[in-house]
Amino acid sequence: MKVIEKTGRSVEEAVESALNELNAKREDVEIEILEEPSRGIFGILSKPARVKVYLKPDLEDIAFRFISKILTAMKVNVSIDLKRKDNQLYINLFGPNLGLLIGKRGQTLDALQYLVSLVVNKHSKDYIRVIIDGEGYRKRREKTLERLASKLAKKAKLTGKKIVLEPMPPHERRIIHTALQKDPKVYTHSEGEEPFRKVIISLK
Amino acid sequence: MVELVEIIAKALVDNPEEVVVNQVEGEQSVILELRVSPDDMGKVIGKQGRIAKAIRTVVKAAAAKEGKRVVVEIIQ
Repeated sequence: MKVIEKTGRSVEEAVESALNELNAKREDVEIEILEEPSRGIFGILSKPARVKVYLKPDLEDIAFRFISKILTAMKVNVSIDLKRKDNQLYINLFGPNLGLLIGKRGQTLDALQYLVSLVVNKHSKDYIRVIIDGEGYRKRREKTLERLASKLAKKAKLTGKKIVLEPMPPHERRIIHTALQKDPKVYTHSEGEEPFRKVIISLK
Repeated sequence: MVELVEIIAKALVDNPEEVVVNQVEGEQSVILELRVSPDDMGKVIGKQGRIAKAIRTVVKAAAAKEGKRVVVEIIQ
């Protein structure tokens, strides 16, 4: 992260000169006031304002460049569409080699998403949630998981036994929990340690 | 394949200049040896090897496309 310290007669003036030097806009930086200016007495003992200005890294640019480098090295021809909404970064991939990038049950997509999230958050103070999708794969998977959830809930009610699902990553477990939250007869919770944590459906 | 491991490792660590990847041809598979600064070991392995696993998954996908078997080894 690029950072500079500046002084000025007022905080405003110090910030302004820092922005000039960084060639940045106010929304691209974070400002820390180190010292408020003091006028002193008759102009003596007066102190200038001192500020520290941090240039925030462009996270979208970092994410985009990281993914395109990976895709080029993998020799796949895929387009990247990237959108930021508050602290969420949505990345959509589309192209002919997508099956390869999604992998079995989305495991390659999940791995890619995890790596991009690590790199983005290395450069960010606030946590940024990174979501990578490939041609609507995650939406389709969500539908599949919802169907699976209602099917297994039915089975639990029929047999009266609890049902243990196969290990799933957190976002997939969340889909199961949400899908069955409103069912008055069953109750869901997760057991085990990541990455083998699994959802359990039991009767209330 | 070497380049892919390099790109990922360099983006994760604090000392990218110390990232070295060597390719060793095995009988049936290609071994990619990844070396990083001792301070960065955690950054390429992660809790319970989660990061190492993600790197291997991505590299495996790239290798599958070329019909190769690739093993990524992180070397102390």
